[in-house]
Amino acid sequence: MEDNPTSWFMRIAVTILFLFLLAPVLLVFPISFSGDQILAFPPSSWSFRWYEALLGNNVMMSAFLTSLGLASVVTVLSLIIAIPASYAIVRLKVTGSEFLFNLFTAPLLLPTIVLGLAILIIFASMGLLATFTGLVIGHLVITLPYALRVLSVSLGNLNLACEEAASSLGAKPLAVFGKVTLPMMAPGIVATTALCFLVSFDEVVITLFLTGPRMTTLPVELFHHVESQADPLVASVSVLLILMTLAVVMIVDRTMGLTKAFVK
Amino acid sequence: MTTATFDIPVGSQKPSSTAGIAVALLLPIALVNAIGFILPVFNLARMSFNEALPGGGIAEAFTGANWTELLQDSFYIELILNSIMVSLGITLATLLVSYPIALYLHRASGAWRTFLTVLVISPLLTSAVVRTYGWIALLAEQGPVANVIASMGFQPPRMMFNTTGVVIGLTEILMPYMILSLMAGFGRLDPKVEEAARTLGATPFRTFWRVILPLTLPGIALGCLLCFVLAISSFITPKLMGGGRVFLLATEIYDQAIVTLNWPLAATLSMLVLIIFGAALAVYSRVLRMIEG
Repeated sequence: MEDNPTSWFMRIAVTILFLFLLAPVLLVFPISFSGDQILAFPPSSWSFRWYEALLGNNVMMSAFLTSLGLASVVTVLSLIIAIPASYAIVRLKVTGSEFLFNLFTAPLLLPTIVLGLAILIIFASMGLLATFTGLVIGHLVITLPYALRVLSVSLGNLNLACEEAASSLGAKPLAVFGKVTLPMMAPGIVATTALCFLVSFDEVVITLFLTGPRMTTLPVELFHHVESQADPLVASVSVLLILMTLAVVMIVDRTMGLTKAFVK
Repeated sequence: MTTATFDIPVGSQKPSSTAGIAVALLLPIALVNAIGFILPVFNLARMSFNEALPGGGIAEAFTGANWTELLQDSFYIELILNSIMVSLGITLATLLVSYPIALYLHRASGAWRTFLTVLVISPLLTSAVVRTYGWIALLAEQGPVANVIASMGFQPPRMMFNTTGVVIGLTEILMPYMILSLMAGFGRLDPKVEEAARTLGATPFRTFWRVILPLTLPGIALGCLLCFVLAISSFITPKLMGGGRVFLLATEIYDQAIVTLNWPLAATLSMLVLIIFGAALAVYSRVLRMIEG
């Protein structure tokens, strides 16, 4: 089967399709080193001018700092809120825990354009538009389902024996949780941290509805930039974003292996 | 998607205190869910029956005016039909370009398979804005794709600020979802069955058509459902690549909400998207029953 013409045809087709899949992401790397005034590929000259332009662009830099702060706060809150919730659902098995799990992960089923509009209308009446609090709540709505899902799987896969041993040796429930359960959940917690951070940092549709000139995030600012003009600035930001994502993924991978974190 | 396992035996705590603790543990997530999901969604449904006043005002009412406007105005009827047709086209295109990759990945093994799977997932970790920007560079009037077409002696078609660009961009953006869905459904595809067909003298084409394709139909159905709902609700790519000249449901929701400030109409359009979601799900479960039965 290896050397017949079909498999050669298949290989060529798959190579072309992979190129199609990766082309737009790969393209931003050369474009970011363009020396041209406008977006063109291939660039007529090469330079670092768009990285310099980025450093001198106050709007982009402050949007970047907002995104960084927002993603950090959202990630910490997601862990603080979702770890107890997953414990209540998986370990305490409260009545209707399956229903609660479905309810708390339901926001992921809605298209973000609908969810964004729905939150906009409510937040407008609460005065939460273009505020940091509003953005945090808006992002929590979509990071918590991911957090709850990953943490519940992680908790559900733990062996109960250790906790029971600690319990029967006289440890109080809180001590069992803090000294036994939580450390054993570490891979799930690292995975959740990375996932929440990336989801929050990249979120654009819901955020578009909740930001304003006073308060904006990097993806939203990028969106407005691409909407209004075509220059290589976005490419240099994109390269830095891709490198940041890569760094996060590699940290997770180094800590415990990607497949372990997300599959199990 | 992963489902949590719930079948863990509970320790021997007193029921009443357990319930109290559980409520305390669940309160924060319930609060976020209520403020950021339940309340907004019910309010949105209610909003679709309110009356829009000129200049962005809203009158509390219980009128079906927004709904009749959507279903009678020829602009909106065309918008809805156009959105459905474009999304179906994107779904089909995504299936055609994803199927060979999924099949190849299904047959690959070891480190090579892991590497290729990471390549498939990696675009998912990249912002849709970034990927759309890449497509804008690729499909621009003097861009690389147009140059290649021109060098082959053809007149390059317009690929930006029209439906063509939106279809190309969204097809690529949805590919990882389709590939992963297809692979999830390829479990039943045993290489031995293919071998059997080939040994019994079937041509490669016949093997594909009579053996491989029928066995992979559940994966195809799942991938198509997912891509269709993602396509019809996607906003970033149509907005940026359509250049205000491509009118689809998602871009219209945004324009009505942010530019025209007609929230009741935007809410009605949103409800319509959810109804289309429900219809797609109904079609999917029917198709699945046909395949299985």
